[in-house]
Amino acid sequence: MDQILSLAGQNLLSPVILCFVLGLSAALARSDLTFPEAIAKGMSLYLLFAIGFKGGASVAEHGADLRLGMAVLVGVVLSFLLPFAAYLLLRSLARGVSATDAAAVAGHYGSISIVTFVAASTLLQARGITFEGYMVAVAAAMEAPAIVSALWLATRGGSGTKITPDLWREIMLNGSIVLLLGAFTIGWITGERGLAEIAPLIVAPFKGVLCLFLLDMGIVAGRGLRNARGVISAGVIAFGLLMPLVGASVGALAGLLLGLSAGGVTLMMVLAASASYIAVPAAMRVALPKANPALYLTLALAITFPFNLTLGIPLYMAVASALAGG
Amino acid sequence: MKMHEAKRVEIMIEAIMESQVTRSLAAAGVTGFTILPVLGGSGRSGQWTREGSVSRASGMIAVICLVAPTRLDALLEAIFPVLDDHIGVVSVTDTQILRAERF
Repeated sequence: MDQILSLAGQNLLSPVILCFVLGLSAALARSDLTFPEAIAKGMSLYLLFAIGFKGGASVAEHGADLRLGMAVLVGVVLSFLLPFAAYLLLRSLARGVSATDAAAVAGHYGSISIVTFVAASTLLQARGITFEGYMVAVAAAMEAPAIVSALWLATRGGSGTKITPDLWREIMLNGSIVLLLGAFTIGWITGERGLAEIAPLIVAPFKGVLCLFLLDMGIVAGRGLRNARGVISAGVIAFGLLMPLVGASVGALAGLLLGLSAGGVTLMMVLAASASYIAVPAAMRVALPKANPALYLTLALAITFPFNLTLGIPLYMAVASALAGG
Repeated sequence: MKMHEAKRVEIMIEAIMESQVTRSLAAAGVTGFTILPVLGGSGRSGQWTREGSVSRASGMIAVICLVAPTRLDALLEAIFPVLDDHIGVVSVTDTQILRAERF
């Protein structure tokens, strides 16, 4: 417990988290602090490229083994299955939530938050904890399968839609997935030499850009919380805080079965605990327009994301260290 | 200068639906339109702004097209299935244009 509190304290006082808190506080205080859309998008593209490239370069350095394929496969299975747990938990905690809304929310919780992943890997590196470079590929693989599960759940409830070719394109060729996997592949092909060539762009400024991006995410989360009145009940909030713990537990089990390092188990927990707010909301707007976006965006962005960022990551790090050693 | 009667159709819809809308317009024979970004607003689904937006799910766009009055019904019938359950507003106003042969 002391270790968890100590890690949480150190985590809360890191520039990355303090920037998020600044953005959140500014939005809640109704400050006019804001980032233009193009800059927010530019920073998001930079972070995806950098994390993908570094992951690929790490795999090139350490070599790919069977565990890489197994980890990706397990990630896909988790992404398919977690929405079912999320759906049941939300329906039992918040009875007023419709089947369609619950299915849409479930899709978000089966998918992942790449920003939480980036923040967790940055905090692991800051503490000198190594992790498997291919976890980036696992993250990319976990983005989409949950959408299929969510649509199946919605169809079961009578409000679903068929997955049209347009929707498949939206799901599989989503810009963030393409960039993450593309950068990972380039990093894998070019290895350490390629990384050294562009390190001044993707290594040195990385943490600073992440700070600014999380400042923006704090503003977006704060704005979401401000506008959440009438959407968020006590049951919904309880879901937003409990579901990450359910996901993290499943992620820990999966990471241990795969034989990942403590850092790898932490990241598997983070992936299973986080909720998407980039890829899945867009797919849900196309496929389930009747689902309430205020509910799933507020849950993913304004409740689960801050929880994971501030308390979840140190908790997952401590649990992973205790279970996997290191 | 000779002016001609026309209809100005403004479709305010979620940015994520852009390609579906423009495809429907093309299917209805409307090949001329303008797409504008929208800064923000408020409606039945609450307030929204494009600033700091990390997901295409929350942005809106305005698709504007000018058509001859005789083509209005075909246009509306083509886009209605796309708009159906989505957040948005469609408005039609009378306007006047030069060079009617282009519409």
